[in-house]
Amino acid sequence: MAAAVRIFLLVLLLLGPGGWGQAEPPRDSLREELVITPLPSGDVAATFQFRTRWDSELQREWVSHYRLFPKALGQLISKYSLRELHLSLTQGFWRTRYWGTPFLQAPSGAELWAWFQETVTDVDESWKELSNVLSGIFCASLNFIDSTNTVTPTASFKPLGLANGTDHSFLRYAVLPREVVCTENLTPWKKLLPCSSKAGLSVLLKADRLFHTSYHSQAVHIRPVCRNARCTSVSWELRQTLSVVFDAFVTGQGKKDWSLFRMFSRTLTEPCPLALESRVYVDITSYGQDNETLEVYPPPLTTYQDVILGTRKTYAVYDLLDAAVVSNSRSLNIQLKWKRPPENEAPPVPFLYAQRYVSGYGLQSGELSTLLYNTHPYRAFPVLLLDSVPWYLRLYVHTLTITSKGKENKPSERSPQPAPPPPLPLHVPQHLSSQGYIHYQPAQDRMQPHLLEMLIQLPANSITKVSIQFERALLKWTEYTPDPNHGFYVSPSVLSALVPSVVAAKPGDWEESPLFNSLFPVSDSSSYFVRLYTEPLLVSLPTPDFSMPYNVVCLTCTVVAVCYGSFYNLLTRTFQIEEPRKGGLAKRLANLVRRARGVPPL
Amino acid sequence: MVDTCFLSQGLTTLAGLLLLPFGSLAASQIEVTVENFLRVLTGRIPSSTPRSKRLLSDDRSNILIYMTGHGGNGFLKFQDSEEITNIELADAFEQMWQKRRYNELLFIIDTCQGASMYERFYSPNIMALASSQVGEDSLSHQPDPAVGVHLMDRYTFYVLEFLEEINPASQTNMNDLFQVCPKSLCVSTPGHRTDLFQRDPKNVLITDFFGSVRKVEITTETLSLQPDSGVIESSYKKDQMVEELMEPLKYAEQLPVAQIIHQKPKLKDWHPPGGFILGLWALIIMVFFKTYGIKHMKFIF
Repeated sequence: MAAAVRIFLLVLLLLGPGGWGQAEPPRDSLREELVITPLPSGDVAATFQFRTRWDSELQREWVSHYRLFPKALGQLISKYSLRELHLSLTQGFWRTRYWGTPFLQAPSGAELWAWFQETVTDVDESWKELSNVLSGIFCASLNFIDSTNTVTPTASFKPLGLANGTDHSFLRYAVLPREVVCTENLTPWKKLLPCSSKAGLSVLLKADRLFHTSYHSQAVHIRPVCRNARCTSVSWELRQTLSVVFDAFVTGQGKKDWSLFRMFSRTLTEPCPLALESRVYVDITSYGQDNETLEVYPPPLTTYQDVILGTRKTYAVYDLLDAAVVSNSRSLNIQLKWKRPPENEAPPVPFLYAQRYVSGYGLQSGELSTLLYNTHPYRAFPVLLLDSVPWYLRLYVHTLTITSKGKENKPSERSPQPAPPPPLPLHVPQHLSSQGYIHYQPAQDRMQPHLLEMLIQLPANSITKVSIQFERALLKWTEYTPDPNHGFYVSPSVLSALVPSVVAAKPGDWEESPLFNSLFPVSDSSSYFVRLYTEPLLVSLPTPDFSMPYNVVCLTCTVVAVCYGSFYNLLTRTFQIEEPRKGGLAKRLANLVRRARGVPPL
Repeated sequence: MVDTCFLSQGLTTLAGLLLLPFGSLAASQIEVTVENFLRVLTGRIPSSTPRSKRLLSDDRSNILIYMTGHGGNGFLKFQDSEEITNIELADAFEQMWQKRRYNELLFIIDTCQGASMYERFYSPNIMALASSQVGEDSLSHQPDPAVGVHLMDRYTFYVLEFLEEINPASQTNMNDLFQVCPKSLCVSTPGHRTDLFQRDPKNVLITDFFGSVRKVEITTETLSLQPDSGVIESSYKKDQMVEELMEPLKYAEQLPVAQIIHQKPKLKDWHPPGGFILGLWALIIMVFFKTYGIKHMKFIF
């Protein structure tokens, strides 16, 4: 009987997970890729992307069976009625000036922004619960996100997925610049991957090498995407991205040759069995035809050419699912060898990059300045700048000045006018008076930060400076962190721009193109969308003397003790006369002897 | 060097291990305050706290609490800015006992004058170990030549050395743990307290607190799972139906300059003036009429 049951079970298992009835094709798929880009400064950037696409309507049906899509995130989407979720944890700063435009940049610290569905009644309540749940899942202190660092942008952060309407009251954005990323954040992130860290590209994710880098950014993006080319139904896409930049001189001991083993201390041995696609791309654009400077080993079987971020680029492709590349007997260790050192030519400068700093002296006031560089020789383009400043830096908005090339630049004026009109008051909505866009929401103490959003037209080949003066506030003594002299962080500014491309991109099929080409939806091929972040700032606030409560308590208690004690003694002390006891040692000894004899003492 | 959230120079760390079910808490540096620590122990935390930040213990859990850092006679420093006293700790443990949040509790402390921290305990089933007596300092182990600071304390070092030889099947008991790090190695005199513990320490295994062994029961019964084909078919059909009805969707434009320039800001809802404004106006009107007389009212109203 037992044997019959066992055979029955075996037959059941052989039929596959579909079981009886029709075999249902799996409704989720995994694509993973790694892009290795040598940067102009000699460093190497590696970007991992793991994309799980799930053809299911989470909002309408009750889902209980999760296969590749992690259950923790799927339950989050249905419970909080999310439309999009973007969470990133970053350590370091992407130097756009020297490294080029990134695929996807994230600000230092933790950044969380989410679009909720229109059915949510209390967005703030859902936002608070969402940040608490995510802090538990990713072991990060996201529970510090509250109304003092959350803003509702009015024009930036449009949804990256399918969208019916964009009512910005369902959007929330928060940054925690102080958050530190460490292995405890990487471990739960890796657990969400279908193959965890056992097979495929995720074997390279070893914490001790990944954190030995100049820039480390891990992110989770959830958004709805088109299921097919006609886009008649919706699938959910989960992208987990991890970008690292290896410092050539620290990691490579000064030599510019690098390999996968040198970077990650691992090689690729097998693809992830659950993956539909598993590929490694190596950027060989600058060294493509001229084979004498560079050699990529093993030689790639295919190459891929496309317009990425406005320029034409060539990639060597290694497909892990191809047995010729990776098999049981052979592991993949991609090596890049320099045959001749590259000529010392100036590295190409990206068309848009930005810098931000605090100036001023003392602990009373200061000035916040952002420099926006447009290095395109003849094209001007618009940039949307979002600034979220904490409430304890009181901004003086009447000192907001925007200058380009030495002249004043009104936000998003279409053409430079010979006689500039008088500056527009900022409390008047701009749509009434001109073609500019400025949105300013003042801060409320301990409740809300400042929000400043501006659409600025950057003239060609210019530097635009946006500056605003502020005054520092004195906090209550319990509001200081244990290390108040470290300073307080100001979250980075966000620049959203449509940068003109050098080469027009052909709109291709989104499903066929590699993952790094489909991060932002593009409608117009003459420019590409990029979102850059500036550095976070560290501002010192005036601190009180924290030992004062102790000093006051000591002093008061001493004074009270002295006064009260003296009065008490004066009032209650009585005096009695006491016989003086005189006599030396001899008299005492004699008294001792007399007492022993029973005779009264002297 | 690997960055870990829990490595900190001279700050306190908290590790709570549960036996049934096995688990550990996760908290980053800024969150480790006296208030949060006591809240986690007693369970008085806001309802939005995720599960990984709660102490999910019941009356059958054995809890291990290990504290280290700087301390003194009756207190321990948290984050260089606040302290926890032995009385607060004893009261927290009593609250835990009253709410049945532990079965047995092992408390190990490695600070200067650590024995003062367990003097005030009064709840049953607590066993405590400290690295030094009242009036003595706990010293650190040798410095690391690369970093230049002492990375570990002596008592912790020798306890760790001892524990690394313990495996889940080991039968070593608490009396062996009390002998770890004698005065010749530790320079300070380690102490322990077992009077509140109901079992004899020589019968208490180290793995009661330091290990997690799941009891596995093997059975020979089998259960066959049959998928409900009805549900699968109906959900598939529903999706296909919906696909034909919907119109094509599109992605949002990332930087629609024309739309942004012409968008109207939302007008805030009008709220009636608050109590302060009303009170202020009432005061002004009252003063006016008091000064100039009530006869002016007919010109106003």
